[in-house]
Formats: sequence, C-alpha cells, structure tokens
Amino acid sequence: MSTPRVAVVGFAQAPNLASAGTTSGVETLVPVFRQALANAGLDRRDVDFWCSGSSDYLAGRAFSFVNAVDAIGAYPPICESHVEMDAAWAFYEAYVKILAGEAETALVYGFGKSSAGLLRRVLALQLDPYVVAPLWPDSVSVAALQARLALDAGIITEKAMAEVAARSRADAADNPYAQVRGPVDTDAPYLADPLRVHDCAPVSDGAAALVLASGDCALAAPQRAWITGVAHRIDPQGLGERDLTTVPSATAAAEAAGLPDDLDVAELHAPFTHQELLLRAALGLRDRVRINPSGGALCGNPMFSAGLARIGAAAEQVMSGRARRALGHATSGPALQQNLICVLDAETHEAEGREAE
Amino acid sequence: MLSAPLNIGFDYTRSLGPVLGRFMAGLRDRRVLGSRSADGRIHVPPLEYDPATHAPLTDLVEVASTGTVLSWTWTDHPLEGQPLDRPFGWALIRLDGADTAMLHAVDAGTRDRMQTGMRVHIRWSPERTGHIRDIECFEPGSAAPVPPSADTGEPVTIMTTPIRLSYTHTTSTDESRYLRALAEGRLLGQRCPVCHKVYVPPRVCPADGVPTEEEVPVRDHGTVTTFCVVNVPFPGQRLDPPYVVAQILLDGADIPIPHFVIGDAGQVRMGMRVAAVWRPPEDWTTTPENIVHFRPTGEPDAPYESFEEHL
Amino acid sequence: MRAAVLGTGQTHHRTRRTDVSMAGLCREAIDRALADAGVDWSQIDAVVLGKAPDLFEGVMMPELFLADAIGAAGRPLLRVHTAGSVGGATANVATSLVRAGVHRRVLAVAFEKQSESNAMWALSIQPPFTAPIGAGAGGYFAPHIRAYIRRSHAPGHIGALVAVKDRRNGARNPYAHLRQPDITLESVQASKMLWDPIRYDETCPSSDGACAVVIGDQAAAEASTRKVAWIRATAMRTEPTFFAGKDHVNPRAGAEAARALWQAAGITDPLDQVDVAEIYVPFSWFEPMWLENLGFAEAGHGWKLVESGETALGGRLPVNPSGGVLCSNPIGASGMLRFAEAAMQVMGRAGEHQVAGARTALGHAYGGGSQFFSMWVVSDTAPASV
Ligand SMILES: [Zn+2]
Repeated sequence: MSTPRVAVVGFAQAPNLASAGTTSGVETLVPVFRQALANAGLDRRDVDFWCSGSSDYLAGRAFSFVNAVDAIGAYPPICESHVEMDAAWAFYEAYVKILAGEAETALVYGFGKSSAGLLRRVLALQLDPYVVAPLWPDSVSVAALQARLALDAGIITEKAMAEVAARSRADAADNPYAQVRGPVDTDAPYLADPLRVHDCAPVSDGAAALVLASGDCALAAPQRAWITGVAHRIDPQGLGERDLTTVPSATAAAEAAGLPDDLDVAELHAPFTHQELLLRAALGLRDRVRINPSGGALCGNPMFSAGLARIGAAAEQVMSGRARRALGHATSGPALQQNLICVLDAETHEAEGREAE
Repeated sequence: MLSAPLNIGFDYTRSLGPVLGRFMAGLRDRRVLGSRSADGRIHVPPLEYDPATHAPLTDLVEVASTGTVLSWTWTDHPLEGQPLDRPFGWALIRLDGADTAMLHAVDAGTRDRMQTGMRVHIRWSPERTGHIRDIECFEPGSAAPVPPSADTGEPVTIMTTPIRLSYTHTTSTDESRYLRALAEGRLLGQRCPVCHKVYVPPRVCPADGVPTEEEVPVRDHGTVTTFCVVNVPFPGQRLDPPYVVAQILLDGADIPIPHFVIGDAGQVRMGMRVAAVWRPPEDWTTTPENIVHFRPTGEPDAPYESFEEHL
Repeated sequence: MRAAVLGTGQTHHRTRRTDVSMAGLCREAIDRALADAGVDWSQIDAVVLGKAPDLFEGVMMPELFLADAIGAAGRPLLRVHTAGSVGGATANVATSLVRAGVHRRVLAVAFEKQSESNAMWALSIQPPFTAPIGAGAGGYFAPHIRAYIRRSHAPGHIGALVAVKDRRNGARNPYAHLRQPDITLESVQASKMLWDPIRYDETCPSSDGACAVVIGDQAAAEASTRKVAWIRATAMRTEPTFFAGKDHVNPRAGAEAARALWQAAGITDPLDQVDVAEIYVPFSWFEPMWLENLGFAEAGHGWKLVESGETALGGRLPVNPSGGVLCSNPIGASGMLRFAEAAMQVMGRAGEHQVAGARTALGHAYGGGSQFFSMWVVSDTAPASV
C-alpha cells in the first residue's frame, strides 16, 4: 500500500475576541465550517471524517463538546471523533486516519470560550492533583517560573522578550482576526515577575477549522499545502523534575517530523514571549526563518483552537505562495509540556521514512 | 444576549496509593519524604514510578525542611484557594537532600525579598491532616528546624481537595430571543430553512447545521411521547421522588422537550394530552422555569401513529 | 496494513479503589497488558489515553500529569474523549496509528476513577437558562426503553432476564465489580424500581477501573509468541443528541456503524458469523435494543434472542460473557473493556467465561444520548486482504 500524500486544503477561523459566543461553540462554528469548506471547494457531505478538540473545564460542565456536533449537521450520521486537547492533536488524529486509508477528506475543528471562567485559575487544574493543583498556582505564575529560570541561565533576556512582543503586535496589524495589536510598553507592570502584560497571550474566545484531503481530492482543491511530516511528543509534567529551559519534546518531535533546514516561515504556538525564544532554540530555527507573521498566540490565543490555528496560518502562507516551506507548531499543558510539529510544503516530494509521513 | 453565573464545586476525595499516602502521612507528622529512583536521585515531591525503568518506587527517604529557591515569581493579588491571602512569592524549591524541586508559596512580605538562590524553610500548618497543604508555605531563611512530631503510624489513604470554579454562562442570540418570549408567556419555535422542522427552543438545526430562522409560535399544549417515573434520589434533584419526567411534543413543534407531568401521575401514559402550568405572570422572567410543570388536560389520547416518529 | 491486539489487561473493578492513585489504577491495567502481550516498555511507540469527562476526577486533561507514570514521556500521547464510547474510540484510534504505518506497537489505556467525585453530580450540573428537569442517569434512557417496549411488544421480564444472565456471567470473571452467582429472575424483579421501567438490578454499578490493550502491526503480531487477536474491522459513527425525527430506540448512527463494520469485516450474516459479542449495555434493556441496532436481529425481534437464551453462554450468540457493563462500569474504560474482552475471547484467554471455540468477536461501545458509536471485530486469523 503506498502512503497517501495529504494536504491542507482549507482553513478558517473566527475573530479572536476577549468575549464572544457561547461555551457550546455552535453558533461560532457554523460560519467557520462554511468558510473552511468553501476555501477547500468541498461540501460538508464530502467530508469523510470530522475531528475536534475542546475542553470541558473551559465550559465548566461535562460533555461540553457534544453540543458542538450540532454545528456540523450530523444527520445522516457522520464519522467523527474528539480529543480533549488542542485541536492540533485532532488534526493529527485526522491525518493518521487518512494515512491509514480510512478517509480521504477530513475537517478538523477546535473551539473554546476561554473567558467563561478565570482562565489562569482554571488551568491550575492541569497540574498534579495531589501535590500541586491544591495550591492553585495559576498558569501565568507557572510560566513566570520558567521564564526566570531561562533569564537566570542567560539563555534569554528581557530585551529579547520585549522584541518578540513588539514584532508580534506589529505583525498582527495585518491580521484581521487578531485580538491584540499596537505598540508595546516596555515599562508595563509585571503580571507575574518577570512577565509583563505584553509577554503574555490575551484571554481569547474563538474557533478554527481546517480541511485535509489526500490524493485526487487534494489535487482538485483550489489550493493546497502538502504535509511532509507531523510528529508530537510529551515531556514529564513535574515542574521541578525537568529542566524547564529546554523543550525536549519539541526537539524530539521536530526530529521525528523531519523539520527541514530551509524553512521560510514558522508559526509557533508560544503563549508567552520567553516560550517563543525557548522554542526557537529547541527547534534550531535559523535567523532567516520568519516567525509568526500572523502575530501568533501573543495576539490571540483561543484555547483549544490556537494550536490548530498555527498550522492553519502556516498552511495559508504556503497556499498563498508567500512561503515554500512552513512549520506549524502547537503546544499544550504547562510550561511547554507537550508539542506538535507539522511541516508544510508547496510541493509534494518522496517520503524519507519519516514518522507519520 | 443573556448571561448568568455558573458556579461548580465539589470536595474531591483523592485516594493516594502507597507512595503518595506515605508522603502525605509524613507531612502530617512534619516530615518530608522523597522517593529514590534507580539512578539514586531523590524526588520531592515523590514520583510513584521510576522515569527510566518504569518500576514502582518503594524506597522513601526523609529530606530536610529547609531548601533553596531555584526560581520564583511574585503574586500581588492572590487568587481564591492559593496558600496565602496577601502578596506572596511562588517558588521552585529544592529541599536539602532532594534532587528535584517542589512548587510552593513563600511568605516573603515584599517582592524585593525574593531572589534566586535564597534559603527558605517550611512553615507547617498548625492543623495537619495528611495533605500537601500541611505545608502552609515557606518562609525566608534557614530557621532552626521544628522537630517532627511522633510518627502516629496512621496511614493516609485519602486526601480531600475542594474545587470551586466560577463561570459566566452566556446564551446564544436564538436562545435569548426564546427566553425573552418566555418572559412574556410565549413559547417560541423556529423553523429550519432546509428540513422545515420546527425547533423549540430555537437552535442551529442539528441535522442540517444551519441556523433556524422563521419564527413559529408553539402552543403550550402537547402530547406525552414517552416518559419515566423517577423513584431514585440523587444530588441536585428539585422534586421529591416519585415524579414523572416525560418527553412532551408541543403542538406545532417537531421535537419533544423533557418536563415534569404532575397530577394524575399514576395515569401518565404514552399519548396523554398535557398542558403547561405557568407561574403567576408577575413572576415571569427570562427562564424556562416560568413553566412549573405540565398537567393532564383530560382530552382523548393522541393516537400512537401521531407521535411514533418522535420516539 | 494489518493490526492485531497483542495483549490486554484490566484492573479489579470496585466502587472505590482507595488503595491506588490514578497512576496506580492505570498502571495495574497497563502492566497486565504488557505482560499479556509479552512486550516491554522499550517496544511501545506511542500511548493513547481515553477517559470520560474530566469533571469526574477534577483534573483538567489528567494525561498531562500522568504522562510519566503511564510511560508516555518522550513519546506521542493522545487523549481521546467521545463520551461513553471513549474506551472503544481509544482502541480504534490506536488501531489507526498502527494501520497507517506510523507505529509498530501502541499502548491504549482507558480509566475512570469515579470515587474521586460523584458522576451523578458532575452530570447534573445545570447551566443557567435551562429547565431544571433532573431525571438522573437512568432517567435519560428509561423513556427510550419504554418506547422500545411499546414498539417491539417485548414482554416485561426481558430486562430482568438480561440482568440475571450478565450478573451470573460476571461471577465467572475475577475482575468484575458485581459478582452474583445466585441472582434469580425473581430477585431482579423484586428489586426496587428506580426509573420506571428500569429496576435497580437492571442498572450498571459505579466503578473505579482501568483497561489497557497493546496493539501491534503485522510484524509485531508475527513476532508474538502468544496468540493475537487480529483486528478485522473498526467503525465509528456519530449523530446529534437531539434532532427532529431522531430514533432514540434504534439510532441510525449505530445501525450505520454496524453496517460499515460488517461490510469491512466481510461478514454477511452477523448472527451466524460472529461467535461472541461484548456489547455496551448499561441498562439491561439495551441488550435487545442493540441486538437489533447491530443487525443480529430484525427490528422488534431482539428480545426473542434474549428470551430463548441464545445470548447466554452456550447460546447461539453469547453476549457479555464477562458480565459486561452491568457488572463493571468504570465509565471511560467500559468501552475498552468490551473491546478487550472480545479480543480475550478470540485469543482463548477469557478463563472461566471463555466461549468455547470463539473465533470471531464483536466489541461495541456507545455514548452520549445514544449518538456516539465505536466498534470492532476481532478474529483469531489474519484478515485475507487489507
Ligand atoms: Zn433542518
């Protein structure tokens, strides 16, 4: 059996907003599906497999993803699955489904109303439930502990962090979906020392959908970005167990995905400025690689779709001809615990035995 | 759009297993235990399984209650549930004798007292139950250690962890329109432009994935399609069992709604005709609770064929 | 590419497993699965974890903190959540990873530690602006069972017959939560009516438990020194919870999943060609309903297979020889238990509840409002084509 070539053939997202929509996501998703399918030149009945990513704890109730199926119009019944992760991992599941020959097309979506609860407190529940979560350390403080380790080790500087924020906000000026734009106040007060407001992603509500296709379906689409490698890895969570200044899971995923040296663009899912710097080092990205032309998660971070949106943004760079080779990256968990790498290319080329290629 | 608070809370009961159970029992007795992995490293808090060999870790050793800050940050406005209710520092702290760091709060008073490499020691909670919060927080400096209390030998198997979260629940545009109509004593349906079915409450048509549009008034009379008699008590219940929860197909709607049928309860049957019993109009607000329950109307039953396809 | 179950493992399921942490619960199942597969940790390429709502344990995405303990650190880890069908969906995702040629051996694990909270509490959280029509877990399904009885004219004792069969079967399963060898039709019918028409003895328990399977590719299967269960076909289908015209008794998503499954497995007459079925039956009446939905019986006739004893051990199609969900219900793991038990049957490793000569078996799970379905067919011989 020859391995099918798979491409991203459509992407759409809702505007990243401080507050919008419902926790069910249904009304937000309907137009996003329509746009993504229109971009792909497909009807919803042409989709072989649907896969989503979301979180019950964002909505504050069990089975919150079930309602979102209403947005699909799932009757007659569909082939469908869901991950309790960022939708970038739903993308991975759909990609594998196509590789396995069980589908030719797939629509992947993620959604979340991050503003429904106090996000940075809700995210404390991702931490070890016996020895960490009962202290309720918020997600910004956890990121700050990582940032200081990197600063103390001389791996990054506050100046470099501020430059990341400034570049991201300047790039977001051209992104109609971005939530945050404009200048950076380098003397802004600390949210959690050493992180200032501009070092942290905003709390964003949103959704995104991405369409995958293989073989003739991909060739028939109006535009495409071929997927030449996808891999993901997770590190142990213990914040005092691992060296938080390195990102071994990102490095390993890049190796497994066959991250090329001649990338034009990288869309990195870095909700904090220092995390972009750590990721660039972990992935060995050279200075010529254009980072986050969308403005990245620092300018809009809709939980559970922001990682998928990085893959979508990277694919748009390739589909529009602005880039020949692009990287889409997603992260999940505290302090860059879990990472996914997706390499996109304007051309398809022979497999080199990469994992999940 | 309408919004309202949604608060959830539960006291979770965490069973600990052999390693975490001994660790928590140690905290109760003012001792900190770490687990030793095959490479000789001592992990605090303890790991349950060896990261390299995957074998269960059984060798627990005591470490000091003093340690060194490896990294820190500062919280000006503590959040609900955090260890201190005044500004404090979070820190990764490596206890003397341990090879890994634990996360906890440092009661340093002001930000400028926090620094990487600072020495800290545990402030024990006066009330200890075998819980990570038996460590109230850390304090700056290497104070004379408080001797451990006598080992009671009592194992700790469960730790209770309250989780309280507050959300703001927001309705969709269609839902808001429906709720505003309810506040006026009206039941509002909407028809799907594709399948032409009438949905109450209005929503995106789940069969077609398009918003329902055309407004259709729906009567507050209907037919019981099927039902169950609830005899079992459970948390969050509003009525005392036994009571009947029925699927009720409102006249003019194409999808049933669940509701209580009260009055003549023993006689509730498939096909029974029922009508809504409303709160007094002066109490109507934007809530489905304006309809308290349904009551039998005494009309002849609807024939099975008339609701067969709604089962 | 072919895929096979190399080994399975499960915990002793109990109301409260207070002797273990969440990691300990998972590892009890995982360690048994690795041993059963004759595989060591270095041979595992990826981990897929399935679990029902995070609110049950009060941990957001618990696979993150569990990553190290369940052997996922440094490896790919996926977390599946498809409501009650999740255990089955998790095994199916792991199967796709192998079939796609991405990995050689994948560990799939599913768990639920219900005793950390109260599932009824978690499921009855009432969002604002909705009618507080609480009926409880059985209250959702009881009206649909009533509709089934009306539609099929099934005699009233069918639900009790299933309960007696499954609880007696569970007594043969050392891992089962409820083991009641002495249960009788009379005792079931004398048990309290909870959600009329569902009686106490016709409902599943609330359990702590976990299940794990190791799935391998053809080379891994051929390298195994033990018998493997070849995965002949998998299927998943979804429909919305509610929509105008939804058939709650015989949902189309389940019927279409089954049709696709049988076709992919080359099965034309399921009742004749399947030797044993592990079907997700949380309330006893769902056995006849799912027998029809799965195509083992014509619509309206499933109860006749039950009444004639054909679904008991020794019958034409033994259903849930393990005791099924009626005997053990660690929600997130319940679906994978069905899939694992099906594999155990064709591997000949089901012990006291082994169906003699079982060569082809069904594993089935469903969830949500009878809307998420996942299934697989396993057999003792490799599928002819791929
Ligand atoms: Zn419609």
